[in-house]
Amino acid sequence: MAQLTLMVDGRTRAIEVDDPDMPLLYTLRDELQLNNPRFGCGLGQCGACTVQVDGHAVRSCITPVTSVTGKRITTLAGLGTPDKPHRIQSAWIEEQVNQCGYCINGWILTAAELLDRNPHPTDAEIKEALKDLMCRCGTHGAALRAVKRAAQQA
Amino acid sequence: MPSTEVLSRRAFLTSTGALLVSLSTTPEWAAAATNGVATRPPVTGDQLDSYITIDPDGTVVAYYGKIDGGQGLGTAIAQMVAEEIDVAFERVRVVMGDSALTLDMGGASAAIGVSHGGMMLRRTAAEARRLLIEMAAPKLGLAADQLTVTEGVVHAIADAKQRVSYAELIGGRYFDSKVTWNGKTSSQLAVEVKVPLKKPDEFKIIGQSFPRRDLAGKVFGTLEMVNDVRLPGMLHARMIRPTVAGAVPVTVDEASIKDVPGAKVVWIKDLLAVVAEKEWNAVKAARNLKVTWSDSKPNFPGHDKLHEHIRKAPVIKRGIQRENGSVEEGLKQAVRVIEGEYEYPTQSHSSIGPACAVADVRGGEATIWTSTQKPYDSAACVAELLGLPREKVRAIWMFGTGSYGRNDQGDATADAAVLSKHLGRPVRVQYMRHEGIAWDPKGTAAVNTGRAGLDASGKVIAYEYISKAFSRTDTNTRESRASDVLAGHLLGFPLKPDHSFEIPVASYTFDHGRLGWDIIPPLLDRASPLRTTHLRDPFGPPILFGSESFMDEVAAATNTDPVDFRLQYLKEPRDRDAVRIAAEHYGWQKRPSPRDDQKDNDVAVGRGIAFRRHFATFIALVAEVRVHRKTGKLDLVRYVCAHDVGMIVNPETLKHVIDRQLVYGTSRAMLEEVRFDQNMVTSVDWLTYPVLHIDSIPENIEIVLIKRPEAAPSGAAEMALGLVPAAIGNAVFDATGVRLRRVPFTPERVKAALERV
Repeated sequence: MAQLTLMVDGRTRAIEVDDPDMPLLYTLRDELQLNNPRFGCGLGQCGACTVQVDGHAVRSCITPVTSVTGKRITTLAGLGTPDKPHRIQSAWIEEQVNQCGYCINGWILTAAELLDRNPHPTDAEIKEALKDLMCRCGTHGAALRAVKRAAQQA
Repeated sequence: MPSTEVLSRRAFLTSTGALLVSLSTTPEWAAAATNGVATRPPVTGDQLDSYITIDPDGTVVAYYGKIDGGQGLGTAIAQMVAEEIDVAFERVRVVMGDSALTLDMGGASAAIGVSHGGMMLRRTAAEARRLLIEMAAPKLGLAADQLTVTEGVVHAIADAKQRVSYAELIGGRYFDSKVTWNGKTSSQLAVEVKVPLKKPDEFKIIGQSFPRRDLAGKVFGTLEMVNDVRLPGMLHARMIRPTVAGAVPVTVDEASIKDVPGAKVVWIKDLLAVVAEKEWNAVKAARNLKVTWSDSKPNFPGHDKLHEHIRKAPVIKRGIQRENGSVEEGLKQAVRVIEGEYEYPTQSHSSIGPACAVADVRGGEATIWTSTQKPYDSAACVAELLGLPREKVRAIWMFGTGSYGRNDQGDATADAAVLSKHLGRPVRVQYMRHEGIAWDPKGTAAVNTGRAGLDASGKVIAYEYISKAFSRTDTNTRESRASDVLAGHLLGFPLKPDHSFEIPVASYTFDHGRLGWDIIPPLLDRASPLRTTHLRDPFGPPILFGSESFMDEVAAATNTDPVDFRLQYLKEPRDRDAVRIAAEHYGWQKRPSPRDDQKDNDVAVGRGIAFRRHFATFIALVAEVRVHRKTGKLDLVRYVCAHDVGMIVNPETLKHVIDRQLVYGTSRAMLEEVRFDQNMVTSVDWLTYPVLHIDSIPENIEIVLIKRPEAAPSGAAEMALGLVPAAIGNAVFDATGVRLRRVPFTPERVKAALERV
């Protein structure tokens, strides 16, 4: 049993793990009882489990929990709140992007990282940044419009 | 979770008096509501309270016996109820899909959320308004016809100060009033009331684009989904599936998971699972468990030879959807006969989240938390599986992954219930990715055959279209029986496959016509990864790809413009308008297909149209496509969709539903095909079941909503997507003169088709 300290959404959390290879996803959901990220594939193929680690979007289903100790972990709920929304979240609501919303962690957290490093991306740059994310409801075009809207508000 | 609904209701009831006194600003007699009864009558179809109640604070509660699969129905339902009962949109709360609180209105099915469930709640809202005015009349000393309602307050038409609010009239109590119910449940449930509905020119809320209520919870990560249900003592389970279809466990080596903390095997008849306190340990145990399986030889034909199999397979049931005149006679008279064949692949629901459900079965009662589209049917299925009376199973529907028809959610719900009963503890089942694609019930593949006979003038005098496929209810879409889920198959419940397919009744009229379907036997009758059922728009893509491509083929054979050709055989004004408006908006230039000016170009551009009527929804889709001849790659340049759904409740949300489903339909047209070999489905992840990504979406989607506020609302959740493959295929023909005859349109397949010419 190993003791670990994680920094999640601005809070320091102490946890015990019995398997150092356990993916971060299960720590967040099972140990810390967070509702996002979500399990989509466990293979790093879809993005539903995305969180940011030190500002970079990573797939928590294939990220060992022991690799992120001492780093800043941000989940969708930690990115912004209804009172203090991140501009990507505001744009997502204004464009009414989602249908089921299960995939949303990957889209918003990856788009937020994109705007951090490239505040005014072209359509091609947005598509390149988001091309490894999945959505089965067909919200891709709306997501593209939302990122452009957020970029205009920067 | 929705169970808080019950708690909050009880809490409100106990505090009713105090709450009303503090809110009351009107005369003393109104200090506490005295109308109606204190306890909600049993939830039956003939009780108004089963549909509508008023909270102590005047909030209107609408009980919607369906669910919102992610298209914003909760918002549309609130609008319809708010409109008829005359309260602000914000003052309506919608309770969905809880079998203890809502009637069984059938869950989600056939895109009738507004036309069936919504209209039912609209009628009962109008009836509630009538009753509330009737209650107010003696209190205000006026006749009912001297009263009106503004935002939940009944007042004199002549003097708004003579007023009494809904909260004061009945808040926290129940109408205890009957409505006329047809005695049926599910999608057949119907209710009539004595009062007319509002006319479109009176609408203040219907027809407005209120923003969706469910989005903030999704965007800020606060919405609790079924995946997030955590109960004290809950175990996590993973199912163990064979690597050869039809195989069952023979020996299970429990020692193989002894190093995984808390992991345990559950083996009941042929159902095999592992459970653990921690989810990751359940995942690891499922990976490590050593099982020997029985010898099974399903002898699947393989996906490459599936259509050959369908062609040769015996027909176990033929259905004629419509027949007029004599096709044989018409073909005899014809001077020319055109024939076309079109193949559609097996497709998977492949939801972004593999199925997840939680069950708590103890003391002869069960509660299931599920995001299946059919929570009421799932409860019936669980009752049969567990040997419990139906009323002892409560289904609580929750938001979850998008489902697109009868996906794997009902199977997971049944698994969770069986495991919970066996273990005497709450159990959460989540499938793994491979199960979400390889083991969900599938949308059927089809071989479609069209024949058209032309007379000397080129007029179509005989038309026959037959779709040959697996049953679309080999696994019943309602999943209400133990035999409709994998757990039932594995626990020995006798199979009851249905043989149904049906094809849409096309609107085109010909002198001699026949539309029909042939069903072939399933590839494997028990616990089959290729069992077939409803996949979103079950009457759509597999059939319309062929029928609307064939319509184009006949138009081309007669050297007629594809829009003109359709209008020649469509007689109903709403059919014709959809085609005409889509073509006009696109800027359609009249000419026969194919274009003859691009023969030497590496890149050719074309446009195609497809049309359908589904129930009372009328849709035409124009697609413009750029074809790269050397690679077979298709760029989807532009879609124009003309859409007539009748009365529109929320135009923006409707546009979003159409926009998203056209992208979804594009994924199915361009990429999706379940692969399998002789033994098993080999599509197990997103590499082996490729779907659309953002770099391949249509570049522009334009939606034209046709406004018909006087017409009854129809459905929109799946009607447009069925047109996508034919519209693209017809555009490729226009560009190149090459007819695509098999979905999906992968570059390899398009290239091969181009090279065959």
